[in-house]
Amino acid sequence: MPEDEKAATPHFHPASAADFLPRRLLERVQAERLRETVERAWTGVPLYRERMRAAGASPQDIRSLADLGRLPFTTKADLRDAYPFGLFACPMQEIVRLHASSGTTGKPVVVAYTREDLALWTSVMMRSLAMAGVHAGDIVQNAYGYGLFTGGLGAHYGAEGLGATVIPTSGGNTDRQILVMKDFGVTVICCTPSYFLHMIDRAAQLGIDLRELPLRIGVFGAEPWTEAMRLRIERLSGIRAFDIYGLSEIIGPGVGMECECRSGLHIFEDQFYPEIIDPSTGAPLPEGEEGELVITTLTKRAMPMIRYRTRDITALIPEACPCGRTLRRIRRISRRSDDMLIIRGVNVFPSQVEAALLEVEHTLPHYQIILTRAHGLDQMEVQVEVTPETFSDRVGVLEELGERIAEALERVTGLRMQVTLVEPNTIARSEGKARRVIDRRSAV
Amino acid sequence: MKLQQLSVFCENKPGHLIEPVRLLARAGIDLRALTLADTQKFGILRLIVRDWQRAKELLESSGAVVKVTEVIAVEVPDRPGGLAGVLELFEGTQINIEYMYAFPYVRGERAVLVFRFDDPDGAIRLLAAGGVRVLERSELEGF
Repeated sequence: MPEDEKAATPHFHPASAADFLPRRLLERVQAERLRETVERAWTGVPLYRERMRAAGASPQDIRSLADLGRLPFTTKADLRDAYPFGLFACPMQEIVRLHASSGTTGKPVVVAYTREDLALWTSVMMRSLAMAGVHAGDIVQNAYGYGLFTGGLGAHYGAEGLGATVIPTSGGNTDRQILVMKDFGVTVICCTPSYFLHMIDRAAQLGIDLRELPLRIGVFGAEPWTEAMRLRIERLSGIRAFDIYGLSEIIGPGVGMECECRSGLHIFEDQFYPEIIDPSTGAPLPEGEEGELVITTLTKRAMPMIRYRTRDITALIPEACPCGRTLRRIRRISRRSDDMLIIRGVNVFPSQVEAALLEVEHTLPHYQIILTRAHGLDQMEVQVEVTPETFSDRVGVLEELGERIAEALERVTGLRMQVTLVEPNTIARSEGKARRVIDRRSAV
Repeated sequence: MKLQQLSVFCENKPGHLIEPVRLLARAGIDLRALTLADTQKFGILRLIVRDWQRAKELLESSGAVVKVTEVIAVEVPDRPGGLAGVLELFEGTQINIEYMYAFPYVRGERAVLVFRFDDPDGAIRLLAAGGVRVLERSELEGF
C-alpha cells in the first residue's frame, strides 16, 4: 500500500473530548473526583480507613489536589496481603468482572470491576486507540492474551467501542496470526512489542513482507520497550508504532497513551491522577524530575486505588503537547524499580544493557542476561545473537565486536561482564513478555 | 577469478557443526572446500560449495547467519616450497592475507590454496604477474 494512503489523518471520536478539557476545568473535576474517591475508600475498604487513621488523615482533610500528599501510599504488597477480595469497595453483587495479574511470585493480585468500571475502561481504551489514529472501519487484530490478563479484553472493548472490526486472535500460534493479518486485511495490530518483532521475523521466513500489507498502526504495550525497537519495528513493517501504558491494579491498558507526536504518553488524568515520587523516600518530586509513578484512580468504584505505587520509573513532562491535548504526559517507561538487578552491590538495569548494545550495533539485537554465582561472587553474562550485519568471516572482527560490547557495558554500568556471541534465533522469543533476565544465582 | 565463499556462525558446543552440514547434505549440495576457524566460544565454518546461492538461501531459511566473501583459489605444485613460492610474491607489498587454507587435489602433483586477501584485485594482479595460475570457479567445481 502506498505511503500516503497509510498516512494518518486525524480522526476524532466524541470520547476523545475529555482529552482537550481546559486545565482549570480539568483540575476542578480532578479535585471533586478525588474527594469522592477518598470518601468511597474510607467507607468501603477497612484497610484504607485504618491507614488514613494511622496517618492522622480523614476524608474531610482532603479538600484539593494539594492535600493528596497527606494520604498514605498503596503498594503491590498491600494487594497481595488483601488476597483475594480485601480491597473491594463494594459488595460482590455489584462486581461484574474479575481479572488477576500474572504475578511471577506468590499469589496473583485480583482486580474487580463494576459495570460502571467496565464502561470507564472501554472509554479510556477508545480514547487510547483513537489517539493512535484507529477509527471505525479499521480491522483490529488483537493479539494480547485473552483471559485473566487485562490486555486482551481491554483492547477488545476499546476497539469495538470505536466501531472497528475486532479479530480476537489472542496470543500465540504465530503462523495463524500472520495468515489472518494477510488474508483479513488487518490495519491495526495490538500486542506486546517483542511479540510483534517475533511476528516480523516469522513473516520474513514465510516470505511475507508486512510492508506490502494494509497494516498501518501498531498499539504495543504490557512491557517496556525502547525507541530503537520502535525504529526497527517501523522499518521492517512499514507501520506506525505507538506505546500504550497501563496496569491491572489501576484498570488494565488505557492509563496512558502516545498521541501522533509520540513524545511521551498522555495520562488520562480526568480518571487517573499521576504523581512522581522519590522511590526511596516517598517524597513527591517536581514536574520534570525522574522518579516512581504513583497513581490515584478518580472514579473507579469496585477497587479505588489511593496513591498506588506503580514501580515504573518515569517523569512528568512539564511542556504542553503540540497535539493540543491538555492531558499531561509521562516519558516512556524504560525501566521499573523492580527490574533493577543488583550485581556485586551495583545497580544495573536491563535498559542500560540495551543502551550499550545499541551504541555498538546501532540496532538492538536479541539478547539475554544470565546471572550466576561463582566463588561467592555474582557473575553476569550477556548473550547476544549474531546478526547478518555484525557477522564476519574473520575471527578477529567477531572477537573485537564482543570486546566493544563488553567495553560499552563497562562504561554504562561500571561492571565488567562476560559477553557471549550466540547463533541467531537461539534466545527464546516469548509470545508474551520478553524474558531478558535469567537469574540462576539462588540455584547455585 | 574471485570465488564466493560462505561463512556460517557456529557456537563452539557439541552438536552445532552438524546442523548446517546436514542441511546441505540433504539438499545434495556438494562441499568443494571447507575450513573451520575456532575460538574458545564460537567457530566460523567457511565453505566453498557447488551452488552457493542455493546453499545460502537454505542456510538462511534455517535461521543461520551467512556471509558471502570473495576468496581466491590458486593452483600450486604439491611439493616443498609450493606455498612459499606464492607467499614470496606478497613479501614487501601492502597486501595482507586475512586467512588461508589449502588442500591437495591430485596427490603428489598439485595443491589448491584458498586465500582471503584484504585487496583481492591487487592480489590477482600480483599472482598473474608472478605466473601463478588462479583457478576459475568451474575448475574448482570440477575436481
